[in-house]
Amino acid sequence: MSKPAISSDPAVSSEVSTFASAAFARNPAWVQLLGLCPLLAVSNNVVNALGLSLASAFVLLGSNCTIAVIRSWIPSYARLPCFVLIIATFTTCTVLLLQAFAFDLYLRITLFVQIIVTNCMIVGRIEAYASKQPLPKAFLDAAGTACGFAIALLALGAIRELIGHGTLFAGMELLFGPTALSWQLTINPNEQGLLIATLPPGAFIIAGLLLGFGNALLKMRAPVPTSREPS
Amino acid sequence: MTDLALILIGSLLVNNFVLAQFLGLCPFMGVTRDYETALAMGFATAFVLTLSASLSHLAYHGLLVPLGLTYLNIIVFIVIIASAVQLTELFLRSVSPLLHTALGIYLPLITTNCAVLGVALTSLAQSLSFLETVVFSIGAALGFTLVLVLFAAMRERLDGAGVPASFRGAPITLVSAGIMSLAFMGFSGFAD
Repeated sequence: MSKPAISSDPAVSSEVSTFASAAFARNPAWVQLLGLCPLLAVSNNVVNALGLSLASAFVLLGSNCTIAVIRSWIPSYARLPCFVLIIATFTTCTVLLLQAFAFDLYLRITLFVQIIVTNCMIVGRIEAYASKQPLPKAFLDAAGTACGFAIALLALGAIRELIGHGTLFAGMELLFGPTALSWQLTINPNEQGLLIATLPPGAFIIAGLLLGFGNALLKMRAPVPTSREPS
Repeated sequence: MTDLALILIGSLLVNNFVLAQFLGLCPFMGVTRDYETALAMGFATAFVLTLSASLSHLAYHGLLVPLGLTYLNIIVFIVIIASAVQLTELFLRSVSPLLHTALGIYLPLITTNCAVLGVALTSLAQSLSFLETVVFSIGAALGFTLVLVLFAAMRERLDGAGVPASFRGAPITLVSAGIMSLAFMGFSGFAD
């Protein structure tokens, strides 16, 4: 995992730069260290990580766009309660949608879908951006933030699943139906894997190592930031 | 009585909310720079956490279940938490202005502390009784404070340690939190 630096190319249109800076330069997880709780908790394999990424993206897009549309009617003294209520509404919708369409996956990540509402990443983007910008810009910013969060979550999920179980994409049928049963890649079929990677201490240690190596890479200004796996 | 003691130890040490369940990491990373603020933040959160988990339990069983509105639990709980934070602030301001100035800036942050909502939702998911919920949330709150204070003490040592430049700050904090989490795994088996 690395933190690609954004080149300040003047030819890049403002839409792309809004999106890219939200996703990479201001990556919510690795750069701003927001939303660490779900990042560490549900990154024990790829399917959990993907499920929570999609759920967070839905809440982020829904609440940012709603607030960008109604921002002129929200009185500034009561804005935080308004934001929180709108986020809570979208979170409830996500919970109901997941219960309806991906119940088995929902059972695995229940608590962390429910507490999307207190994810400081979402309130932060709304307070800093969506409550001041028109709808298209707020949409792009939310999409970029959601992508950045998903990249961080999936990278950590893939590394932990690989080290902990020696597989990748196990259990994707929980999200994509029976066709996804064949997607599982078994990289290391013989061994049990290092169990610690999937346990809570592994989450902290691997995330810390990734962050440290990412910093080191940025410092060296490597031309192609390659992903580094801690061993 | 044994049940309650087991619930207390379970939520305090075995399933510690910060190190085993990854809840409340923002204040854990943010305010553990020094010992006094960690202690103050820990106690403010502990108070709000216990209050809001108990109130959420009452609201869920007294209001949402009879009305058939249980799917609204997240919205109702977050409103209760925000009100509990406001009440705590008003209460502190009138009773102990000194403590209020000390805790002032941390109080609003508690609303977005996922441990507070997490405890309310977890005690609901485990279908605990009212008394059990109170004990569970006291355990969770004490566990949160304990980890915050332990970690603040450790970070004061880390500041003086020879950490590689790229690992200064957040990376080394996460790695040492992992090692502390490893130590807390030693409690597993005491209670569940």
